[in-house]
Amino acid sequence: MTEPLLSELSRPGREGHELPCGEVPSDALPEALTRARLPLPEVGELDVVRHFTRLSQKNYAIDLGFYPLGSCTMKYNPKINEVVARLPGFAAIHPYQPESSIQGALKLLYELQAMLAEITGFTAATLQPAAGAHGELCGMLLIRAYHQKRGERQRTRVLIPDSAHGTNPATAAMCGFTTVSVPTDERGNVDMRRLREHLDDTVAAMMLTNPNTLGLFEEHVLEMAEAVHRAGGLMYGDGANLNAILGAVKPAHVGFDVLHINTHKTFSTPHGGGGPGAGPVVVGEALEPFLPTPRVVRRADGSYGLDSSYPDSIGRMREFYGHFGVLVRAYTYIRMHGAEGLRQISDVAVLNANYLRVLLQAVYDLPYQRTCMHEFVLSGRRQKQQGVRTLDIAKRLIDYGFYPPTVYFPLIVEEAIMIEPTESETKDTLDAFARAMIEIAREVEQDPELVRTAPHTRELHRLDEVRAARKPVLRWTLNEAPANAT
Amino acid sequence: MGFIPISESERREMLARIGVADSRALFEVIPEAVRFPSLTLPERLTEIEALAHLRALASENRDLTQLACFVGAGVYNHYVPSAVDAILSRGEFYTAYTPYQAEMSQGTLQYMFEFQSLVCELTGLDVANASVYDGSTATAEAVLMAQRLTGRERVVVSGALHPEYREVLCTYLEGLGLTPVEAGLELRSDGLDVRPAEELVDEKTACVVIQQPDFFGQVRDLSGVAERCHAAGALLIIAVAEAASLGLLKSPGEWGADIAVAEGQSLGMPIAFGGPYAGLMATRSDYVRQLPGRIVGETVDATGKRGFVLTLQAREQHIRREKATSNICTSQTLLALAATVYLALLGPRGLRAVAQRSHDNAVYLADRIAALPGYRVVTRRPFFNEFAVIGPAPAPAVREQALAAGYLAGYDLGRSYPALANGLLLACTELSSRAQMDGLVEVLRQVGRAA
Repeated sequence: MTEPLLSELSRPGREGHELPCGEVPSDALPEALTRARLPLPEVGELDVVRHFTRLSQKNYAIDLGFYPLGSCTMKYNPKINEVVARLPGFAAIHPYQPESSIQGALKLLYELQAMLAEITGFTAATLQPAAGAHGELCGMLLIRAYHQKRGERQRTRVLIPDSAHGTNPATAAMCGFTTVSVPTDERGNVDMRRLREHLDDTVAAMMLTNPNTLGLFEEHVLEMAEAVHRAGGLMYGDGANLNAILGAVKPAHVGFDVLHINTHKTFSTPHGGGGPGAGPVVVGEALEPFLPTPRVVRRADGSYGLDSSYPDSIGRMREFYGHFGVLVRAYTYIRMHGAEGLRQISDVAVLNANYLRVLLQAVYDLPYQRTCMHEFVLSGRRQKQQGVRTLDIAKRLIDYGFYPPTVYFPLIVEEAIMIEPTESETKDTLDAFARAMIEIAREVEQDPELVRTAPHTRELHRLDEVRAARKPVLRWTLNEAPANAT
Repeated sequence: MGFIPISESERREMLARIGVADSRALFEVIPEAVRFPSLTLPERLTEIEALAHLRALASENRDLTQLACFVGAGVYNHYVPSAVDAILSRGEFYTAYTPYQAEMSQGTLQYMFEFQSLVCELTGLDVANASVYDGSTATAEAVLMAQRLTGRERVVVSGALHPEYREVLCTYLEGLGLTPVEAGLELRSDGLDVRPAEELVDEKTACVVIQQPDFFGQVRDLSGVAERCHAAGALLIIAVAEAASLGLLKSPGEWGADIAVAEGQSLGMPIAFGGPYAGLMATRSDYVRQLPGRIVGETVDATGKRGFVLTLQAREQHIRREKATSNICTSQTLLALAATVYLALLGPRGLRAVAQRSHDNAVYLADRIAALPGYRVVTRRPFFNEFAVIGPAPAPAVREQALAAGYLAGYDLGRSYPALANGLLLACTELSSRAQMDGLVEVLRQVGRAA
């Protein structure tokens, strides 16, 4: 059933919420300043609840099943996190309350900073950035400020592997840097010879995701960091794949100078349909003076406070102190794991990925034949020869009840299928997914049309994206009700 | 460990299938010297222990169920109807991700489309994105967008733009080596004068950024402002830090804004110590291809049925990389859902009522404070639901005394405006009861007497 839009459910005179009577006289604002029209839908509360409940049933979610989106770490989001984030002591405190009345919140943030620094091997953290990409922006601005402080304004180039997330070059450009793409070698590592060709005193940084987006740990990461540092550049770490290495290696130990963390990946804060996330940034001593302000500090008397007295700070990344509600969840998750629990996460995430890899690599091409970390990338090129594309395989997986993996990324793998199972899944689920993938490969051979026209079991068939982009319809048109003009 | 469901025998079976004896072998690619470092974290907690611990931490905060809230400054204590959180708590919504596979994500995609439509109605503009992080980053993104659209660099901002929005804008522009030009303000004997930012527009200016109502709560007649900006070839950006005001006030589109941005917090989002919220962003249809962020469009499926997809993705980082409109790759989707449910529940009369009641309460409170000896309301009227007061004592001391009596007595203006050291910015909402307002007046009277 097509669910009507709110605008289509609207009937003049309906309302879904009522205010108590006012206790003070009403004051009319001048007409020149007020609006004549407020064309919002008019719907009752039950209609609203049913509308959104029905919409929820048109979604797929971790709570419904396996969601192996590569590079997104779709792990279980523990329910306890939702409970604690809603405690009034967290959900109902104002960012401009006097510090004496928010000591619990500041303490939580301070402790979270310390735990994130310990997990990654760094010395300081900021929790301000609102998302991974925002953390990248923060980290690259830190690098910019660092070089400027040292008088090295000629450092305008940023080296980025061709396997990197699109946010890396986009972020570097937002910071005024020029980007240089570095190719990947035949083992799936950054090509060291090509990297060295670019290293000179115009290099500000290298941005590296490790494990990289092929799900492979960079075999030359120590050498790479050393070479970049010798040229005077800094190593930016994209922490998108931190789940793979929790407790297994600390990014600071392999030469990174700064790293952003996606709490919505590694630390289980809900993805929310695509936000909110949080993108804390951890740094070593060299970059610490430049961290955004205000910083959450512990004062000599043991109280916690917000401190803006850092003259070299890059300033503020966003209003207030970060996505506090998200950070409460990340804090709870880390406290419920401890050091041993975090180590188990990476252990099982890597185990699950390798198990699935082994189950699938005979049927789909595996371009880089190595032990993977928390994810791996297959190629649908063998199936493409049968006239079936990776997109078709993805859509067919929907019929088997699975969310499709990330497809067509990284860009360097033809017809890429990027699979990240996470530590949350049972062996039964992994086996069922593998069976579905193998069955689809068989369908590609025997009944390619079935795959090309998938999905067949959802309410909607494949949607026309070209039409959406060519003739954009980006909002409803509301038939205005006269009752609006009250 | 409760969240990892693999049994020991399954584990052995999987390792055998992979062909290794021990999972540690899977990590051998990590250089030995740095592999499996020591990790020192607090002891692991069970759920029962974690809940007790988090409750204890939460109880070290004094929250708005115990305090009367008269602080706003970009975050407002509006009521959130119960249905909002009931919907947001559905796992189908909050444990989904960006709707990459449209056929499996129509729920998210449809409410994003509805959200965009509602933002257009509120702002009076043609197109909106599915939200960005918050009001401050929306403002910064709008400025970058204006620079791309005009090919100009100079940026003029009002001194009455939220101080933290200005700070964030400076951070974003610093990446490009630029600094915004700020129109100042002056405290006169008869009130606070904010210099109209459009007076500083010139032929090199990309955009002028004005907040309405401004940071001090004042609602300005913006007639002619857009014309003045456009005559110089610049764009007008109107920022709204109190989205509930859009229920009553003329929309940014009606004032001629080219881009409107707003902090969405007032529309059904818990205050939560500053976030997460959602940044609203709308513009004219001509400019849609320079709009950053996710955008959802309507289309049809192979059988002609209506459906929704992410669209105009050629603007975005995963396709355009360094040439993208922004590095942003998510919206604040779940918070956009909160705003959508909130606006659906309130409807036009409800939102108008929230706005009018917030305004009425602020007028009542301001009149009473203005009558107190030693206090001066300096925001020029009309104001919306917030106004600045210069009191007889430094703001931090007043705030502490009020806190002791159970009141959050406004934002300390001296934090961002040194000339306003005794200044408090006080806000009301529909939740400000007469008893609370009278109580605050009494506290301020006592502070005044002591000073």
